[in-house]
Amino acid sequence: MRRLFFLLPLIAFVAVAGYFAVGLTRDPSKLPSVLIDRPIPEFKLPAVAGTNVPGLSSETIRGRIALVNVFASWCVPCRIEHPILLRLASEKRVAIFGINYKDWHEDAAAWLGELGNPYEAIGYDDTGRVGIEWGVYGVPETFLIDRDGRIRFKHIGPITPQLLNETILPAIAALQK
Amino acid sequence: MTRRAILPALALASAIFFAPDAARAVLPQEMLPDPALEARARDLSREIRCQVCQNQSIDDSNAPLAADLRRLVRERLVAGDSDREVFDFLVRRYGDYVLLRPPMRPGTWPLWFGPGALLILGAAGVVVYFRRRRRALSPAPAALNPEEQRRVAHLLNDRPEA
Repeated sequence: MRRLFFLLPLIAFVAVAGYFAVGLTRDPSKLPSVLIDRPIPEFKLPAVAGTNVPGLSSETIRGRIALVNVFASWCVPCRIEHPILLRLASEKRVAIFGINYKDWHEDAAAWLGELGNPYEAIGYDDTGRVGIEWGVYGVPETFLIDRDGRIRFKHIGPITPQLLNETILPAIAALQK
Repeated sequence: MTRRAILPALALASAIFFAPDAARAVLPQEMLPDPALEARARDLSREIRCQVCQNQSIDDSNAPLAADLRRLVRERLVAGDSDREVFDFLVRRYGDYVLLRPPMRPGTWPLWFGPGALLILGAAGVVVYFRRRRRALSPAPAALNPEEQRRVAHLLNDRPEA
């Protein structure tokens, strides 16, 4: 028993080193959202001028399984994920809504004209005030909403094919059951 | 610049540099007309973390989101929120992470008390170690028995015959 006492520093070291090793594999810039499993915030945003896409409010989203994607024309990673959103929209598996974050009407309309529009409705959030309600701190951000209007999943950064196949599509399938 | 202008210039520069509450990232147009309310907003802002540049407060950060949050804090104060309510408003949207000073509750006890507990544990370990060592060293060795005394005397007296 006394001998084992000498192992104590070693055990403590391994525990601390293990803790740090796990910590190193995590991205500190990605913060867990506190909004998970909470109802979506109440908001009402106008449409992007120069498009024929309607504006967005919480009423529009509620009652459907939906992805809410926060994007901007000035956001480079948004271009990366855009084809994935377009494909998802064409497959009609899920309703896709956009929040156009701190953008200009003309730029956003041009961006959508150039790349295509996957969104059923887009809210134009020029001040970023609605973004704050959603806890947005970096675009792109994507939220998965269930039929009860609750946020079930949030992703910060562009949607990658891997994330889509391994996380988002299974999550949508689970909600559709 | 003439020599006479240097001293006032230095004084002004140091006054700006060492000003106790120099506005940092806060822009003049963000400030509230009521100085008391503005002071409260500044105090609160220093406690709120900017989510974009994570080790800066929104008072320090030049990120657009920090500016939005500064404006929001002022809006809430003008609307009559207490300090607590302003913090709660932000925590509901961004989580405890938005607070630079983590809240005290059972889940964060290791954070608050861990370092102190480790220090006390280590100090206790050191005290125990030295106590034991002293006890191990201190008891006087047993007296020599007659046989040993004879041998010592013999060794001391026995000069080598050289």
